[in-house]
Amino acid sequence: MSTGWSGPPFGPIGVMRSWLKPRPGSGDRKRRRSSLVAWVILILGVFYFLLPLVATLEFSLRPKPTTLAYTNVLADPKFGGSLLYSFTIGIITIIVSLSIILPTAFWVRLKVPRLRPVVEFVTLVPFIIPAVILVFGIIRVYSRKPFVFTATEFGSDALLVAAYVVLSFPYMYRAVDTGLASIDVRSLTEAAQSLGAGWTRIILRVILPNLRTALLSGAFLTLAIVIGEYTIASFLARNDQFGVYLSLLGQNKAFEPAAVSLISFGLTWLAMIVIALIGRGTRDRIQITGAR
Amino acid sequence: MTALPLRVRRRPTFSWVGVVPFFLFAIAALGLPLGFLVIGSFQDREGNLTLQNFSDLTTGTIPIAFMNSIEVSIVTALLGGILGFLLAWAVIMGGLPGWIRSAVMTFSGVASNFAGVPLALAFVFTIGNLGLVTKFLFETFGLSLRRDLGFTIYSKTGIEIVYLYFQFPLMLLIIAPALDGLRREWREAAENLGASAFQYWRHVAFPILAPSILGTMILLFGNSLGAQATAFQLTGGTIELATIAIGRQIRGDVLRNPGLGYAMAMGLVVIMAFSITVYTLLQRRSERWLRS
Amino acid sequence: MSFLELTGVQKHFGLTVAVENFNLVAGRGEFVSFLGPSGCGKTTTLRMIAGFETPTAGTILLDGADITYRPPNQRNVGMVFQSYALFPNMSVGDNVGFGLRVRKRPADQIRKRVQELLELVHLSDKLARYPYQLSGGQQQRVALARALAFEPQVLLLDEPLSALDAKIRVTLRHEIRAIQRQLGITTVYVTHDQEEALSLSDRVVVMSEGRIEQIGTPFEVYNFPTTGFVASFVGTLNVLPALVVDPGAGRLSVGGQQIRISRPVSARTGSTLSLALRPEMVSIGEGPAGSNVVRGSVVDVSFLGSIVRIRIGIAEGVNVTLDVFNEPTLILPKLEEAITISFPAEGPLVLESVPVIDTDALVAEV
Ligand SMILES: Nc1ncnc2c1ncn2[C@@H]1O[C@H](COP(=O)(O)OP(=O)(O)O)[C@@H](O)[C@H]1O
Ligand SMILES: [Mg+2]
Repeated sequence: MSTGWSGPPFGPIGVMRSWLKPRPGSGDRKRRRSSLVAWVILILGVFYFLLPLVATLEFSLRPKPTTLAYTNVLADPKFGGSLLYSFTIGIITIIVSLSIILPTAFWVRLKVPRLRPVVEFVTLVPFIIPAVILVFGIIRVYSRKPFVFTATEFGSDALLVAAYVVLSFPYMYRAVDTGLASIDVRSLTEAAQSLGAGWTRIILRVILPNLRTALLSGAFLTLAIVIGEYTIASFLARNDQFGVYLSLLGQNKAFEPAAVSLISFGLTWLAMIVIALIGRGTRDRIQITGAR
Repeated sequence: MTALPLRVRRRPTFSWVGVVPFFLFAIAALGLPLGFLVIGSFQDREGNLTLQNFSDLTTGTIPIAFMNSIEVSIVTALLGGILGFLLAWAVIMGGLPGWIRSAVMTFSGVASNFAGVPLALAFVFTIGNLGLVTKFLFETFGLSLRRDLGFTIYSKTGIEIVYLYFQFPLMLLIIAPALDGLRREWREAAENLGASAFQYWRHVAFPILAPSILGTMILLFGNSLGAQATAFQLTGGTIELATIAIGRQIRGDVLRNPGLGYAMAMGLVVIMAFSITVYTLLQRRSERWLRS
Repeated sequence: MSFLELTGVQKHFGLTVAVENFNLVAGRGEFVSFLGPSGCGKTTTLRMIAGFETPTAGTILLDGADITYRPPNQRNVGMVFQSYALFPNMSVGDNVGFGLRVRKRPADQIRKRVQELLELVHLSDKLARYPYQLSGGQQQRVALARALAFEPQVLLLDEPLSALDAKIRVTLRHEIRAIQRQLGITTVYVTHDQEEALSLSDRVVVMSEGRIEQIGTPFEVYNFPTTGFVASFVGTLNVLPALVVDPGAGRLSVGGQQIRISRPVSARTGSTLSLALRPEMVSIGEGPAGSNVVRGSVVDVSFLGSIVRIRIGIAEGVNVTLDVFNEPTLILPKLEEAITISFPAEGPLVLESVPVIDTDALVAEV
């Protein structure tokens, strides 16, 4: 890579490569002793990982009747409302992000390769800029003349989407670019052109189908991150955002937050499983980390 | 034409138009906000050029906030790095069954994404005042975390324990490929030349892994430095961290000096940029080794 | 005078039998090659000598001591890996000195020895370089120096040249042999390249599917293969189906044409057997008196540089390949041209087993 990034720092994209491939065994007699140590480490690790989840489950089941927290949550219109809101914001973010990144990555590969380092650098900037600083700058610029976005609900939603699009850039660009690299865009495009296809047709019929895996992984990662995001949404006063809703719930209720936290964990799992299924059989897996 | 080499037809190229939307968006959502912060950090209240904001960083609670941030980041990077490495070693080289590796890796993908509000809540349910572990220790051993051990989750230590939940799996994910990159022949060559297992780790494996381990720890450092949502949810801002202090600047200009807020943001960005540059350099070095 | 001795060595991986009943006695200073196709158990045998695999059965003696179950780091056996396996974090000097360093030798002694060995492999000027700064051939030389530095009793090489290109392969091959002679170190060399095995070794162990097919000097395995496998794997040869006409007089019929071989045949009249015939035994024309003369037509002519290989069909499905030296005066026969060829009665060898009939595939081996 020309900018010298060997991987986006906060989103170790591609690190999951070769996960499932076991190492060849060497028939080592020392294995037995080391595997005992390994088991101990593993069990301690699993314990640390699972304990908060078990505790959350236990906490959510403390009221009588045990399912009360869950029935309360499900009966709360704000729960469904916030999920719907975050989901909608997530979808819009994906659409905007893709409609910016896809043509750009394509164009950079095909027409202006010398801009590649610049584009790559820009897409990686969000790794250096914490979310709190990004939203700081956005609020300062877009809450005063000539751009008063924060005054209206719609304006604030637009700022939220814009910030999330920026957050999605690193892995969206990498996903699309890796996808493009694997299909040899130039030959495909030239082949399509020689058959008389126009640009729209080339993108819709030739490039997109070949990028399905990359695009879907990028999309689900975006969704997973957007739904749980708190920092940016809370500073933009987007109280319908799922993360903000959960935070408020945590301040006002005792057991319901446990139920919602578990549901949130389940959603992350779901997104990761979908990504794993989409990425199955492809060499590059994509992994990012989300809102802290 | 060949006779007149000077008469080259020079068509104006519009090859850059394809990337215009990308750059427009990047300027609006990233460039302007950041530019605003940068410029603002060099201005006083009247808009005159000054360095006062940066020297003011040493006043009030700001140094404490930065020191706390750095301390939490160093502790979680070190511990997360060590624990993540041990677990990675256990599942990859510890001679455990192959399915454990895939399971742990997939789970780490989820855990490194499970952050922010729900994570903070989950730990409150675990070791908070009413948490499962707290309750268990008190009911079984009569041990109170707060009274007898002086521990509360709403503290720096608490933040560190919670952060480890995403630091540790992130380390695992990033370091796993490096462990995979340790070739069996290196171990065999070392043994063949008379080295003990310890000598192999000391002279070969560890030095080969060192840039990756160090680089990833630096990455974890940055990862923790930029985190805001988790700590805010956990402590409600009672523990001073750089991101929390910046958050207060966004909500309302507490110090009546916007320039100081911008300078704080710049300070954080500079530390982040520095750590990520070091990570990149180290990563490049280990890639060069592993390739040869 | 046995120095390295493998007796009844076996290795099973689950149900796969990688090596079955391997017996070998190598003398001090001897250069032995394991030759065989990929997957025949060469590496596994070598790794058992190095200690990376434990034999399922059998014993390995080194200079009279039983090392069968000794850990690899206590064997004093030097190994050169196919992929070099240089430590990427160490300079050339540190790589070569590693074996002495872990043995806690004094620093100046190590330095001297490293210099000695780098001179031996002609890399004195690369002392401070790192592996990624070296070419493949240079890396392999460093690997050789490293394996020799701690004065092992045996040197093991597992296809050390297979990752290099043809020119360097030949040069390095000669260098390895020269160094081995100079040091007089007992060496086991694994390869699937018959030319390498034949040109380097004192003795060649030809292996197939975990079994030893034949052990002998290059001259023996090339000229007097004892099995069809050896005959077909070592060198290029014609395997011809023959009908026994008169066993006592060595009269046979190949593709309907009568030939005579110098030794009597033990098979009965009317039975079939396989004959091995090397291409260099066959020449164009009637040959000297007493030669076997066979007629056929040219099927293929291929130019191989110093020699030209001509394939002649002498009957349906029976082809004979022959080599002629490439001289400026050479007049090449044309395709489908009728041609007469001849070979001496000593040429054909009767093979013990009759495994291979596909002569085209055999010739393609080389
Ligand atoms: N660690 C192992 N586990 C299972 N089978 C193995 C292992 N190592 C080698 N084998 C099998 O043993 C046979 C011989 O392998 P090897 O000694 O590597 O052959 P060669 O070096 O002659 O190519 C092969 O069939 C191979 O698949
Ligand atoms: Mg082999």
